[in-house]
Amino acid sequence: MGSTRRTLLAAAGCFAFARLVGAVDSFGAIRERARGQKVYFNHWGGSPQINDYIAWAGSELLRRFGVELVSVKVTDIAETVGRVLAEKTAGRSEGGSVDLVWINGENFAAMKKHGLLFGPITPLLPNFALVDTEGKPTTLVDFTIPTEGYEAPWGMAQFVLIHDTERLREPPRSIAALLGWARGNPSRFTYPAPPDFIGTTFLKHVLYATIDDPRRLARPAEPQTFEASTAGTWSFLEALRPYLWREGRTFPANKEALHQLLDDGEVDLSMAFNPAEASSLVLAGRLPPTVRTYLFETGTIANTHFLAIPFNATAKEGALVAIDFLLSPEAQARKQDERIWGDPTVLDLDRLEPADRARFERLERGPATLPPEALRPVLPEPHPSWTELLEAAWARRFARG
Amino acid sequence: MRSGASRLLLVPALLLVLVPTGAGLLGTLLPAFGLLPTLGRAEFGLGPWRELFADPGLGRAVLLTLASGVGSTLLASLLALAIAATLHGRPGERRLRALLPVLLAVPHAAAAVGFAFLVAPSGLLVRLLAPLLGLDRPPGLATVQDPWAVALTLALALREAPFLLLVILAAADRAGLDHRLAAARSLGRPPVAAWLEVALPALWPSLRLPVLAVLAYGLSAIEAALVLGPTAPPTLAILVLRWTSDPDLDRRLLASAGALLLLALGLLLILAGRLLEALLAGLRRVPLALAAAVAVIGRPAAVLVPAVALVELVLLVAWSVASSWRFPALLPSGPDFTAWRAALPLLGEVTPTTALLGAATVALALPATIAALEAPRSGAATSLLWLPLLLPQLAFVFGLQVLLVRLDLAERTAGLLLAHGVMVLPYVWLVLRGPWERLDGRLRAAARCLGAGPLATLARVVLPLLARPVLAAAAIGFSVSVAQYLVTLAAGGGRFPTLATETMALVAGGDRRRIGTAALMLALLPLLVTALALWLPAMLERGRGSARPSAPSQLLGKGANKLSTSSSVKLSPAAPPPSTPS
Repeated sequence: MGSTRRTLLAAAGCFAFARLVGAVDSFGAIRERARGQKVYFNHWGGSPQINDYIAWAGSELLRRFGVELVSVKVTDIAETVGRVLAEKTAGRSEGGSVDLVWINGENFAAMKKHGLLFGPITPLLPNFALVDTEGKPTTLVDFTIPTEGYEAPWGMAQFVLIHDTERLREPPRSIAALLGWARGNPSRFTYPAPPDFIGTTFLKHVLYATIDDPRRLARPAEPQTFEASTAGTWSFLEALRPYLWREGRTFPANKEALHQLLDDGEVDLSMAFNPAEASSLVLAGRLPPTVRTYLFETGTIANTHFLAIPFNATAKEGALVAIDFLLSPEAQARKQDERIWGDPTVLDLDRLEPADRARFERLERGPATLPPEALRPVLPEPHPSWTELLEAAWARRFARG
Repeated sequence: MRSGASRLLLVPALLLVLVPTGAGLLGTLLPAFGLLPTLGRAEFGLGPWRELFADPGLGRAVLLTLASGVGSTLLASLLALAIAATLHGRPGERRLRALLPVLLAVPHAAAAVGFAFLVAPSGLLVRLLAPLLGLDRPPGLATVQDPWAVALTLALALREAPFLLLVILAAADRAGLDHRLAAARSLGRPPVAAWLEVALPALWPSLRLPVLAVLAYGLSAIEAALVLGPTAPPTLAILVLRWTSDPDLDRRLLASAGALLLLALGLLLILAGRLLEALLAGLRRVPLALAAAVAVIGRPAAVLVPAVALVELVLLVAWSVASSWRFPALLPSGPDFTAWRAALPLLGEVTPTTALLGAATVALALPATIAALEAPRSGAATSLLWLPLLLPQLAFVFGLQVLLVRLDLAERTAGLLLAHGVMVLPYVWLVLRGPWERLDGRLRAAARCLGAGPLATLARVVLPLLARPVLAAAAIGFSVSVAQYLVTLAAGGGRFPTLATETMALVAGGDRRRIGTAALMLALLPLLVTALALWLPAMLERGRGSARPSAPSQLLGKGANKLSTSSSVKLSPAAPPPSTPS
């Protein structure tokens, strides 16, 4: 029964899609229909820099295409996923309140699985042709889930560690070295409590370093063999625990809290998913100017964040025009500028016109940002099913008090 | 009066509260038993409950919730009682009264952040001690987010004590206590013991619901628990929050079961409280040792409670203009107004919407509450009015969203008003219930004898007498509306940016300077409105040529009882004869 419903939903989606796109509609026609539309863009609103960037994009969209981008700031995009779910529960299959969302990973997997997304959208976007889908394979595969065009890549992310050179000159450069260093420097390290995103990502790095066979991580996790294959992970984390900040009895809530602990001098390491985050925190006065970033020698996890349109969006054409603009070399270069946001581009610079490429080449990097060639090696995200088992197993061991 | 028609007066308030609450509850109840067809879950079952009880952190989370909820309620009550008992009739009481509304206008989230700035290992207290102890790094002590939620309990207690104190002082004004206290003292009881034996039993009926409201708030507190509570595991409310925002949508079933468990804990505790109340009712004499202990706490508490709140405010201001403030610096470097420069345009954009929404919500909730209070007493029905206070908001929001979409009210002003009305009405009712019950019935009777209809009686006798509590209720309702984040977003869908939606999003970024500005911006509007509510009746009285000096210190109802308390306290139904030993 469930599968019949899914098929029906998919069919309904295709129908709506065909109606929107017409037979061989050009993007010009979409732009025509987008003019005058109001696009409600739900996004995490915790960063003033990002909010300012979105406000700039909004003013450009209005000026160039007559599309009004309305920023809806949320503390957690799950609130928006819940909203779309509530609308579907109430039977509102069109005229929805959300036109555009900023998501990735598990949120995307959930929305896709439950038919909450409109698409595929990427074949409609002219600027999608500029995306570096070969050099940056995560633009097509979101946490091992193929996007199948239901979301358009917006920016790149890679896990980096942050240390204050003033207090810690030589940081531990591997998971194994981390344990040795922590033994010699008790209570100078901690990680955000999973299921916080950064905390879980740290666990994934431990998983990569300790699992019997890392190739397993590309496939769905098997609950039956999970404990056996991750035995090393847990013995590592248990060994690390007594040397953690507050002896591992409590953990910071998120990376913001961890940055604060680093700034306060309570710990010596922090973590981020944006390679330029440390530099922009220095600019904002939230970390000392002596901080630098680095990767584990064996590499760190990289992923991509995306833009998507809910299945019942009211202004689908407007949302498409907005996404295409946000993928343009001009918008992407501005986004990569650390004085603006510092979010790495998804575009392939080789495919750009020289003038557009120059926009990127002109950008300066902050002292705490690694050059692109230093952001290697790259580890892929494990299959999302690992996340859940990992978080549950961590909670059983570390969060029962 | 006791006709069927006048019972209809209850209907607007009950509809306003029960329809959204009922829908919210249904939206929680069904998924908790495995029913959420949108996710392909259409089989009734206990699966979510099994999953809930299998959660490794649950036992500890429930324990932490009970400890911080009950602990903070008891501590807040103790502090408020001790302050009231010790300061009764002293000049300090007057000063404190003037300060209380200011303390109450600071949003919970802001107070929690301010408390963290104060007591965290890198906070002001440790910085003051750092030179003495030779610290150049914050000590490795869990003074916030400690595994036993002590910091959370303390912060909640300190935040709620002013609220309970306000309620006690307001109730004490009109019960004509001074004569009885003098009598008890003349029988040789020490002043504090006399207050506990004479005043407390007389005040308790007005105090019971506010104490329960504090308990309900403490059990389901989100903001304070996020800032100050333990993380692994957190309190139950935070566990529910995590499940609600889990990318795995199936976790919403688990979240629903967790929310119901939280509701059940609240109801059980209320039952336990009633039992305790029955046990204590037989107690006629307060042991002198206890009275002495209360007297010892009272003086320092009267300084500590407002001082902590004011220091929190000062720390928020200091952080909002700090360019950097690293441990162990005692003072921030700066001033740096970047955060304010970024925040001010926002303030201009969203303040009008926020103020209008708050005013409109009060304009909806206040008449509905007054109508309900004018209806002949039907205890069971009106006690439902404060049900929303017991429900964890998180759980209730999903059902509310579904209801609003179904009624085609989502993203519309009407839907937003309805959603704010649910959150605001219980508080308005909580503030007004006491004054309404204590109003001397003979005044109404006299007005009716002189030929005034029910409306004229209300407009020309009741409302002028109760102007102070009505204005206070309006101010408190307004403040509650301003503070709504989740509900505003859920009902407004981003169409109505308010101070709360714009600033709470920034708080998620964790920048202390932004948090400082956000908290102050959120506090500003309620502070202004509270000041207005205090100042207005004083102005009106002066305008009428009253000989009373302006009294901004009396937020609740002293003027309202000028007539009734002086003439007829002993006949007032809600002020039973004191249980003095006879």
